[in-house]
Amino acid sequence: MCGTCGCGQGEKRVEDLHPHQTHDHAGHGHSHEHGHDHAHWHEHSHTHPDGTSHAHSHSHEHEYSHAHAHAQASSHRHTRGDDAAAGETRLLSVERDILARNDAIAAENRRALQAASTLALNLVSSPGSGKTALLVETLKRIGDKYPLAVIEGDQETTADADRIRATGVPAIQINTGKGCHLDADLVRTAMARLRTPANGILFIENVGNLVCPAGFDLGEAHKVVIVSVTEGEDKPLKYSGMFAASALMVVTKTDLLPHLDIDIDRLIENARRINPTIGVLKLSAKSGEGMDRWIHWLETARALRLATD
Amino acid sequence: MHEISLATALISLVHEQAMAARARRVTRLVLEIGTLSHVDTHALRFAVDAAALGGLAEGATLEIQEPEGTAYCLDCETSVAIAARGAPCPRCGGVKLLVQGGDEMRLKEMEVV
Repeated sequence: MCGTCGCGQGEKRVEDLHPHQTHDHAGHGHSHEHGHDHAHWHEHSHTHPDGTSHAHSHSHEHEYSHAHAHAQASSHRHTRGDDAAAGETRLLSVERDILARNDAIAAENRRALQAASTLALNLVSSPGSGKTALLVETLKRIGDKYPLAVIEGDQETTADADRIRATGVPAIQINTGKGCHLDADLVRTAMARLRTPANGILFIENVGNLVCPAGFDLGEAHKVVIVSVTEGEDKPLKYSGMFAASALMVVTKTDLLPHLDIDIDRLIENARRINPTIGVLKLSAKSGEGMDRWIHWLETARALRLATD
Repeated sequence: MHEISLATALISLVHEQAMAARARRVTRLVLEIGTLSHVDTHALRFAVDAAALGGLAEGATLEIQEPEGTAYCLDCETSVAIAARGAPCPRCGGVKLLVQGGDEMRLKEMEVV
């Protein structure tokens, strides 16, 4: 296992790359120790949902230093040096998000996508919701209208990327091995291999899993959660994190409705209970019902991306 | 959820901070894992112990604070405490709530020697 980031060597791979080339040790930053204490204070303002805002400041002292990185593939520690403050227990105030590193890379991805005016969507769902079928049908409809590209995440196989490439749209497969989600670093690597579709749309099809991908920002503009009508009304309540994080819920396989007891209105009500602002679309990639509205949503989101910096 | 990914990310952050502070050993970690964050703290403890093996934080005491969920109710226009996403407003029974806090996953502080 890689000692810095904990990823399993030889498990994650981006197509055409050697197993452990998929992430960048240069960016890990092994820190030098040169400590200096300083106090600083922040001032920030909050806006509450009712429109009122207030500013407040607070200060705190850091007892630790800035770390600065040097690019090196090996892991080594300077900490056991003789000059370490010996014996005394110190309390360090850290206050950092555990996924700060992922979030920093996601921010980098987002900047690169913004610079290219590319709309990036992170498609999330349970396995078998019909994500790939929806994507294939979508690419058939708009593949010759806009630059498009697809990043496919799966634990194993390149089957999905093969299905996408059959439509003529460039695709790259990321196999996460035992990993249950894509992270920003894997997407950064894939983006470096796949030409960013400038002024177009990058679809990132996440690993089929309604839990873990919710916590990992990839740099996308929106998460789109896909639920098939066979999954029941309670999915949003059972996997609330994903529905809370998504801008749009696409209900797929509506051609099966005559054979099922699902109450679609309750499904939507449950999704809105978790996320009052989530958008909803119902469609069938097989019959084509509702596809026009989905394409319209994509085109509108792309236009908004182009209209803003 | 992804407790192992979180644990390895945490330990890497801990090593970075410990090295910057020229610490020889990390003896205690204080985390803030909100009750709405979908993290199983039992699984997280297990994963952190495993991820810390062989490093500066091996054997460190893990203290996990679990701030409660807070949300703003669009119906009664009040900030309220909630036990889970999707739970109704405890004041008015409304179901349109915007989560405001309780989903954090943070390393708050660490004790080092």
